[in-house]
Amino acid sequence: MTTTPSKYDVIVIGGGHAGCEAAGAAARLGAETLLLTHKLQTIGEMSCNPAIGGLAKGTLVREVDALDGLMGRVADQAGIQFRVLNRSKGPAVHGPRAQQDRALYRAAMQQELKQQAHLTLRAEAVEDIVVDRDARITGVVTARGETILASRVVLTTGTFLKGVIHIGEKRISAGRVGDPAETGLADTLQDRGFRLGRLKTGTPPRLDGRTIDFAGLQRQPGDNPPQPFSYLNDTVSQRQIDCFITGTGIASHDLIRANLLKSALYSGNITGVGPRYCPSIEDKITRFPDRNSHQIFLEPEGLEDHTIYPNGISTSLPEDVQLAMLHTIPGLEKVQMVRPGYAIEYDFIDPRELWPSLQTKRIGGLYLAGQINGTTGYEEAAAQGIIAGLNAALAAGGSDKPFILNRADAFIGVMIDDLTTQGAAEPYRMFTSRSEYRIKLRPDNADQRLTAKAIDLGCVGRGRQTAFEDKMRAQDRALSQMKSLDASPNKLSEYGVKVKHDGVLRSALELLAFPEIDQEQLARIWPQLGKVDSKMFAQIKIESGYTRYLERQSADIDAFKRDEELLLPIGLDYGRIGGLSTEACNKLQTGLPPTLGAASRIAGVTPAAITALLRHVKRLDQSSLNPR
Amino acid sequence: MRFDDTIFALASAPGKSAVAIVRLSGGAARETVCRLTGGEPPAPRQAELRRLADPHNHTEIDRALVLWFPGPASYTGEDVAEFHVHGGRAVIAALLSALSAMKELRPAEAGEFSRRAFEHGKLDLTAAEGIADLVDAETEIQRRQALRQSGGALGELYEDWRRRLLRIRALIESTIDFSDQELPDGVLDPVAPEIHAISTEISAHLRDGGRGERLREGVQVAILGPVNAGKSSLLNRLAGRDAAIVAAEEGTTRDVIEVRMDLDGWPLTVADTAGLRVATSDVEAEGMRRAHARAGEADLKIVLLDGAHWPNSDEEVEALVDNEALAVLNKCDLLAESAPAARFGGKPLLKVSCKTGEGLDELLERIKDFLEARYLPSDSPVLTRSRHRHALEKCLESLHRYDIDAGEELAAEELRLAADCLGRITGRSDIEQVLDIIFKEFCIGK
Repeated sequence: MTTTPSKYDVIVIGGGHAGCEAAGAAARLGAETLLLTHKLQTIGEMSCNPAIGGLAKGTLVREVDALDGLMGRVADQAGIQFRVLNRSKGPAVHGPRAQQDRALYRAAMQQELKQQAHLTLRAEAVEDIVVDRDARITGVVTARGETILASRVVLTTGTFLKGVIHIGEKRISAGRVGDPAETGLADTLQDRGFRLGRLKTGTPPRLDGRTIDFAGLQRQPGDNPPQPFSYLNDTVSQRQIDCFITGTGIASHDLIRANLLKSALYSGNITGVGPRYCPSIEDKITRFPDRNSHQIFLEPEGLEDHTIYPNGISTSLPEDVQLAMLHTIPGLEKVQMVRPGYAIEYDFIDPRELWPSLQTKRIGGLYLAGQINGTTGYEEAAAQGIIAGLNAALAAGGSDKPFILNRADAFIGVMIDDLTTQGAAEPYRMFTSRSEYRIKLRPDNADQRLTAKAIDLGCVGRGRQTAFEDKMRAQDRALSQMKSLDASPNKLSEYGVKVKHDGVLRSALELLAFPEIDQEQLARIWPQLGKVDSKMFAQIKIESGYTRYLERQSADIDAFKRDEELLLPIGLDYGRIGGLSTEACNKLQTGLPPTLGAASRIAGVTPAAITALLRHVKRLDQSSLNPR
Repeated sequence: MRFDDTIFALASAPGKSAVAIVRLSGGAARETVCRLTGGEPPAPRQAELRRLADPHNHTEIDRALVLWFPGPASYTGEDVAEFHVHGGRAVIAALLSALSAMKELRPAEAGEFSRRAFEHGKLDLTAAEGIADLVDAETEIQRRQALRQSGGALGELYEDWRRRLLRIRALIESTIDFSDQELPDGVLDPVAPEIHAISTEISAHLRDGGRGERLREGVQVAILGPVNAGKSSLLNRLAGRDAAIVAAEEGTTRDVIEVRMDLDGWPLTVADTAGLRVATSDVEAEGMRRAHARAGEADLKIVLLDGAHWPNSDEEVEALVDNEALAVLNKCDLLAESAPAARFGGKPLLKVSCKTGEGLDELLERIKDFLEARYLPSDSPVLTRSRHRHALEKCLESLHRYDIDAGEELAAEELRLAADCLGRITGRSDIEQVLDIIFKEFCIGK
């Protein structure tokens, strides 16, 4: 057994979406970072559907990008069909999404990481972690028996903790098809007292596109022009292609029903809890027996790849039944499977074991991010990864103040707060409706919400910093210009703009809040406004359209922040605080909320309990406490 | 909690007490004192006796000690005013309802006074803990208690509205968060009718089946009984008691005489009616018809019997003694010591003498007991009810602002706020419930 001297500040275990962002973020902050993963060539692998973004997830991607993360930039390089979901609805709930070429995505991600200073990539399976007597992590042990030292470790092992794949009655121990599962780590964490749970998720079969008859199928084109994810990009890199839509029919449903007991999901082999928003086709026909058809999106996995991802039919039926079922579907009558669909069960750590910094409460210096925390989705994983990576690097650099986004800052903050205060009863996916402040937390303004914070932290590259600062200066100029230009109702009516004839002068900015007013119209009245960058103009219009709501919300946000700023110390003995009910006391003792706000969101903690806590907090010197 | 508005709450222990303290804190405290007392606030930290009147209808609420603590030298650090009123529940109810009606005021959330004190660096534990503990503990207990009223029916009612709001919010959220799914046509069809239905129900509830109106407009009391039982004397006697403040004498008719009075904070309209006997003239018959009509409308009947003719059974009069009636025997000074144990119409008879004043205080107590049992059924719902009213009004405001044409995300925002207002009463609010509904109702997932 060898021990490598402490050459690294941060070790990231896992090369999935959480691991990539964690490693990238830690290295951008200047921490010497080592990324360990089974195989270098699967870094950035999209093991489920070949798309990035979508409803709510698109906002997460923009937020990761605003923090100078990788996902948005990489997806812009590898995207082959860009589409903004909810385009017909308000801009607060737009969902930028892009179909990806899986090979290009992997390659682009690997390229980004290879270029990153302070980052070393190494193919190495990790067997265990090393923890000292003070419950602080000191390093990791590889499968080859080598101990690599580091005082901060980010664990992003996804579904690999005791992963079991189910295809019909077949069971394979694995984290993903073709990759082995981790069992040593799961045991170590369990021994340390971490609460573990079991979840499941599924994936559909992959199809050979050359054996699909697309002729009769509905075509689904992308947006033209495509809207990139990254605030750094105006265009995307790849040729754009179409997807196709088909659907199951009565024959498909009959066949599934006849074979239901052969499905791993229905034979009782699976004990994990699956996501309700991502049911298998078996679940769909059982729960909604009246439906005669379920939609399937046929999504190409790449420009040069014939593989098609049939979005909508994740399944754990036996292979032969899957194929027979596929043959009942229009366009797929003669399809060949590249590989069958499967269900996967895996252990996850109850995310209430984590502080909002994503450091574990039980082992100092150990951070968890991604699916291991009970989430699902690349975007959710990436968003946690960047926070864990930043915090690991900050702590390694001696900072005692972690980087925490709260519920009023970002969807990232909503997600991490939900996870750390509520836990995960099913695989956690982001929805816009989870956010109280989604009118403010929009995909269009993630940079304005977050990039300045990231610049202060020191994790933003020079190019982005310059671009952002230029943009903000230009926006300030445009805003003050639009505030200073005004016109009377009479003048406005000359240009066909109808307002109340009350003699009140209205500024260009005020006029912009009217839904029917656009840049073109304002430029007719004030030609100088025609020169404002149209992208920036569109964003100013979004903001002004929501002004009334944003103003109403700002008092709520202030109140929310006051509670978030009141820190509760780690060793607080809730039993000694007068006026707490036994229930509230137990919930607080288990939950260890880092702030008064987090305490108030724990189920069973009443306003009376919060008041009792508040009184206690008053006795403490807030400046002596550190956020977690 | 937001701190830019002004809050109020009952700061003393709820329930019967000699003096009750209602406290205000915030920028509008001074203005509120001016409006209630019709003058500038007293000198800081000096108690002054003032007449409090409801600024809307100018009716007197009480004579109260008013204290003024300009910020920052106050409990919360903001401008604070205290009203020390008589401890009757109706007085407290009247004051709290007058405060609720002021636009810039709202009832305090649990612990909010302490919270404000804390924010302004004022929470001195040794000095404040006594009062604050009481306020905070009570608000939480009261919240639960108030919801248990009428066998939990109130809580169920609010919870039902909240569930229905969550359901329609779920429908809207499904079109936002799951717009990439195959949702059935017309998902949003039930939303507008349901919002209309809930708004209508909440509006009706805010008029609260006349109960609140009774408190505002007065409880109708009718004095009924045979001729010469002493009904007019009783009315005059009641009106002349210290406890009863006679406000004004309205339209005296030959058959029904009304006196408005305030009985320990309860606004009463007491009517003296024509004596019941076999009519000798058409006029008298009409008078008796009106007396019966008045008996039917009355919230409380005082059935007054003549002690000079006791015992005396009159079935018609006896029939008047029901659950909304007190049976009273007048002229008890004329009764022999050995008069039979008095029951009438199945109820114990209360003996009074309008001549000597004997028994009148007890009668007033009985009237108050009846009113409290009837209109203030739980231990202390007054405070919590003004919070309920406020929350329901906020809920309605959001529902009225709801406009799906402004955009789904803004419509959903109003429904979220509306459901949160109800959640503030019932103590529940959870996005997971919205998602549950979506997943149950729709086939979501790819």
